[in-house]
Amino acid sequence: MYAFEYFAPKNLQEATKAFNSFNDSKWLAGGMTLIPSMKLRMNAPSALIDLSSIEQLKGISIKNNILSIGAMTIHADVANSLDVINSLPALASLASGIGDPQVRNRGTIGGSIANNDPAADYPSAILGLKSKIITSKKEIDAGNFFNGFFSTSLDTDELIVKINFQIPESAIYLKFANPVSRYAIVGIFLSKYHDEVRVAVTGAASCVFRVNELEEGLFHDFCSSVVDKTDYGITNLNDDIHANSEYRRYLIKVMIKKAISILQKK
Amino acid sequence: MRISLTINGNPVSEDVDNRTLLADFIRNTLGLTGTHVGCDTSQCGCCVVHLNGEAIKSCTMLAVAANNSEITTIEGLSNSEDLSAMQESFRRNHALQCGYCTPGVIMSAVDLLKNNPKPTEEEVRDALEGNLCRCTGYHNIIKAILDVSKAG
Repeated sequence: MYAFEYFAPKNLQEATKAFNSFNDSKWLAGGMTLIPSMKLRMNAPSALIDLSSIEQLKGISIKNNILSIGAMTIHADVANSLDVINSLPALASLASGIGDPQVRNRGTIGGSIANNDPAADYPSAILGLKSKIITSKKEIDAGNFFNGFFSTSLDTDELIVKINFQIPESAIYLKFANPVSRYAIVGIFLSKYHDEVRVAVTGAASCVFRVNELEEGLFHDFCSSVVDKTDYGITNLNDDIHANSEYRRYLIKVMIKKAISILQKK
Repeated sequence: MRISLTINGNPVSEDVDNRTLLADFIRNTLGLTGTHVGCDTSQCGCCVVHLNGEAIKSCTMLAVAANNSEITTIEGLSNSEDLSAMQESFRRNHALQCGYCTPGVIMSAVDLLKNNPKPTEEEVRDALEGNLCRCTGYHNIIKAILDVSKAG
């Protein structure tokens, strides 16, 4: 790891000021990706701005059917929060399956979505639910947040403050995990609202995506046979040592059908 | 940067390079070599310690980020010459062979029982997701943890 300056500001103003006083600063959230990538010298920022002392970025609350989760809330807190378990159990279940217990005690929701790893779990919940990302500069609608491979619409000095999820009627997250890394080979987030059905897929391509063609059909007829009947034309799936693209294509179909049948029984 | 923290109940204050990992700080600066570094890539769990009461991988955290925290390492589990209940159960159940992964496994196991005092076997196996043992095949580790849970 190369040398860097380190700051642990107490509020957003101090954080932004510290960030902008160096050419090549990086935000440090839980560090579960950044620290390993710095060890490998794939990342060598001149300064790290550690967000862990900013209380404003932590915590979970519910108001008017909106579940708000602070960016620096760790996965273990989301998994164990009674507010999350009662209002959006699919999200608690997703958080409880990230990495391992030690990773869940450090990794954060804000860090995960800002990193936008193509096989991370949280991005599928952001797209698979009606959600908004509240940053230090603006509000970003979920649909405009993820830009592609490890890329988001955040400015370099922009910071996620919290994520607001509109609570659905029902939702489910299913993951076919790599047995070693626990990253998703395919992960499906399916949600039902009174006016919309959403299906988001992670792990399968270079970036999380929604299956719009299928959502429309499922909204009119929430039944697994719709999956067989719909031509949702997914292309450019990942083809790697873990699974080839045909295998992923098949998994997507099987897992969406399984998710539908589980939600039907609820 | 100068950091101050409590380790196994003892306050320490030391100058560290910003890039020093917590695991290296514990081993090299504080001389507590019970915390091991196996893979150095957050996979194996040999370096697990408790940070403010929660199990974390100390090879994937900066020492400077542990400023003002409370850390417990394997050396802090027992204050006397006697083994702690978990250590004793590992000894009795032959839950280790080479012993390299053992400090991390025990720190994870203690964390599990703190949060879930009566886990099922499946929950114990899930809780050990982040710890690799290349000798035992895990069966005796699971037995040792369940024994402590039953006795507690």
